[in-house]
Amino acid sequence: MSLFDGRKKELNEEIESHLRMAAADRVAAGATPEDARRDAMREFGNVPLVADVTRERWGWLRMENLMQDLRYTWRTLKRERSFAAVAILILALGIGANVVVFSVVNTVLLRPLPFDHSQELAWIAGGGGVGGLSDVTYRTDSYEAFRDHNQSFRAVAGFVPFRAPDFKLTGYGEPKPVAGVWVMADFLQTLGIQPMLGRDFTAQEALPGSASVALLTYPYWKTQFHGDQSIVGRSITLDNMPVTVVGVLPPSFDFGSVFAPGTKTDLVRAIHPYDVRNYGHMFSLVGRLKPGVTPAQAQAEVSVLFPQMRDALKTQNWASDANTVITGLKEHVSGELRRSLIVLWCAVGMILLIVCVNLSNLLMARAAGRSKEFAMRTALGAGRGRIVRQLLTESLLLSSAGALLGLGLAFAAVMYLAHQGSLALPLLSEVRIDTASLLWTLAIAMVAAVLFGIVPAVRVSGINLQETLKDSGHGTSAGRKHQRIRSTLVVSEIALACVLLVGAGLLLRSFLKVMDVDLGFQPSHTAALPITFNATTDEQRGEVLHEMVRRVGDLPGVEATAFTDSLPLDRNRSWGLQAKGRTYPPDWNNDIYVSVVSPGFFRAMGIRIVAGRDFAWTDALKGTQVILINEATAKRDWPGQNPVGKIAVGVGRGETTVIGVVANVPESSVEKASTPQVYVPVTQSNDLADQLLIVRSSLPLDSLAPSVMSTLRSMNPGQPATTFRTLDSVVDHSTSPRRFFAVLVGIFAGLGLLLASLGIYGVISYAVTRQTQEIGVRMALGATRERVQMGVISRTLRMAVIGIAVGTVASFVVAKTISTMLFGTEPTDPVTFVGVAVLLLGVAFVAGYLPARRAARIDPMVALRSE
Amino acid sequence: MAKSAYQNRIELVQGTLDMLVLKTLQWGEQHGYGISQAIRVSSNEVLQVETGSLYPALHRLERAGWVSAEWKKSDANQRAKFYKITMLGKKHLANDYERWGKMVATIEAIMSAKESAL
Repeated sequence: MSLFDGRKKELNEEIESHLRMAAADRVAAGATPEDARRDAMREFGNVPLVADVTRERWGWLRMENLMQDLRYTWRTLKRERSFAAVAILILALGIGANVVVFSVVNTVLLRPLPFDHSQELAWIAGGGGVGGLSDVTYRTDSYEAFRDHNQSFRAVAGFVPFRAPDFKLTGYGEPKPVAGVWVMADFLQTLGIQPMLGRDFTAQEALPGSASVALLTYPYWKTQFHGDQSIVGRSITLDNMPVTVVGVLPPSFDFGSVFAPGTKTDLVRAIHPYDVRNYGHMFSLVGRLKPGVTPAQAQAEVSVLFPQMRDALKTQNWASDANTVITGLKEHVSGELRRSLIVLWCAVGMILLIVCVNLSNLLMARAAGRSKEFAMRTALGAGRGRIVRQLLTESLLLSSAGALLGLGLAFAAVMYLAHQGSLALPLLSEVRIDTASLLWTLAIAMVAAVLFGIVPAVRVSGINLQETLKDSGHGTSAGRKHQRIRSTLVVSEIALACVLLVGAGLLLRSFLKVMDVDLGFQPSHTAALPITFNATTDEQRGEVLHEMVRRVGDLPGVEATAFTDSLPLDRNRSWGLQAKGRTYPPDWNNDIYVSVVSPGFFRAMGIRIVAGRDFAWTDALKGTQVILINEATAKRDWPGQNPVGKIAVGVGRGETTVIGVVANVPESSVEKASTPQVYVPVTQSNDLADQLLIVRSSLPLDSLAPSVMSTLRSMNPGQPATTFRTLDSVVDHSTSPRRFFAVLVGIFAGLGLLLASLGIYGVISYAVTRQTQEIGVRMALGATRERVQMGVISRTLRMAVIGIAVGTVASFVVAKTISTMLFGTEPTDPVTFVGVAVLLLGVAFVAGYLPARRAARIDPMVALRSE
Repeated sequence: MAKSAYQNRIELVQGTLDMLVLKTLQWGEQHGYGISQAIRVSSNEVLQVETGSLYPALHRLERAGWVSAEWKKSDANQRAKFYKITMLGKKHLANDYERWGKMVATIEAIMSAKESAL
């Protein structure tokens, strides 16, 4: 650095004057000028070293040294491009994986929700916070009573979580489906969301009889209305009714990502609780706590308040409300993911460790080759600290380059993740590389540099100067020690990879087990299509649907078709059902999931009818009211009896007759035991949650879509242009979080395995190179090629066995801690453990075989002659 | 320099070099070589100041403002960097000397008490 050139020169002059004066004194005492100079030099000592330590007092030297080290490192790395490339790539993978997972963890777990003062927001859920949607939601009257009587909340507002049939947008080309969500007028205000354009709903707008209004979400405004600002205040036609667009929501507000992961929302409409007073459980509630009130304090209040209100109002259907649970909204949204994400975080942490161990190993190998260079520098006056610093600078430069590349990879991966709209993971669309991610990158790059740089740096700088300069290094004790440290590093690498693989293996086995669960229906080759139909009376509905099912069923390739208002593993709703004449205990839970379906539904879905018969189109509106139940209901309400022909109450109008029993179908999750379900014929009920046509086909569904659509259009010109939603994708959506984690952990485990095998290969290969002479001697003395080869391979396998042993023990501990994330798989699953051990041994064998073959091909004559 | 002469020398006690340098400079300004010679002579060749300690110390003292430096011609008409003690340096020397005195007295007390205590 030019800044110091003047001072450096001055220091050199100062030292030179010292030497001159010392020599002059000696000349004056009678020595020859040559002797005097030599003697003065000897007395002075190591001139560059003295200059160096003196310069360090200036304080700025660190900076100067750093620049020097950087320049030197740059030159060195430029000479060894392939080493640098491998090191940077490995680091990029390790750091990139860490940044991606950190970004997800930061968004889902650490960062507050994207709402104003989000820590004040709380989730209010009935039924202990578990169970179907109907359990955790509230009726209008209980909402009103709660809103008016509680002391903990500044505001309580709700939305309708039940899947509403898509609205139909007309006036913009073909009719298009619009995904809407109904919210209370003060819902957005409670969350602290301000519209980006226009205004929020007003209280009047939600009153019965007022004009319909809607707020558009930002993405929908951009795609459907091309960001046209004049849309605000205009009227659009939804389901043939005019709706005024009063505003556009900000891009930061993604309703689905917080409240309904994996679904999109196009617009938000205001609903008034009065309108749905008699609809039963309708609202999911969110409250804003008063300042200083904790969720625990609110919990204490509601635990008393709800039972009191229930007793005071004498309302039925309040059973689930009495068990209301208050959780922080953040906790509600991301609580379930915490464990999985922490596991993921640990997995990438292990990847980083493996990367560091690997890099350490590479640097050791390289440093061993450079020991003479360092001995020379030491002889020329470089202090030990300086050499360590130099080596750490190298690792820092490598890790910075790796971090930069890793950041690029992470950026791409995060972009990809954020656009996986169908993954049922909350807040995923909010994931991005932000300041925190950048700081995290910086931190792990630093930590990694020190972790992988320190061992080689200390080892190398500690090498005995004279030994190294004298000896060529072959078979010296320093070399052996090196080799031992490197072997230890490889063993720990294998152990880490073993833990990762076992964890991934267990999660993968769980995933396969989930995939293997008997769904009770056959999702393949089947799809659901949102439909609309024109029926003004209840009688007409049955006729129209019958005609539709008949016509679509006649299309070539259609095997079966039927109507339903809900799909398994989708959003659900529940009513109450009891066996007539049976006395139930007072706290009996009579919840039952309900689906309104047409005849032929069970055939189209592939649901087995266990007893009795399917619905028929002749089960008329005014005839005997009939239902089918699933096996879980039969067991709950008619234990030990044949329920066919029995009378049930609570579902539909008055008494209903059970005409059949069908197999259980999972409602909310594949991983949960099936709960009671009831099926009501669409000919006898107009209470539809949604309107879907199920089509089972022998042909590819895409090729079938046009003919189905034109058939529907011919019956109802207003049929919106909708697309088939395959039942496979419904199942996928439900299992997507598990798949997501299994795949990610699997990728990380694969990465760990790759790095570990690279590490084994590197160490063995390097050892073979160093021992070329030794092997040559042994072969000259009569060792066979096979023997040499076996020797190398057995050494590799020894490291692998130790690593696997250590790793297996550690895996038992780790498996115990993730046991709650497993499904149908024991944490000690022998298949996984044995499989991983065999896999690692196999990989170690291959990684050792290549250098072993090289060793066996060593020509003793050539080996002995070299050097 | 004979080897035996080296062995008679004592390594400087940690932290005393600053004091010795400042004390030497109290007699007048001096260059690095002169300081090392002066310490050697005034200690009857017992104390040897390594250049690897002396020059870092001088540059550190300069940075601390206890000495100032100037390039001048020496008696032998050689250009050399002369160091001069500053007011701050004198205060620091007085302080150091006082502390040193206390330390020596304390150590002496311990050493002489040792026999009777045991």
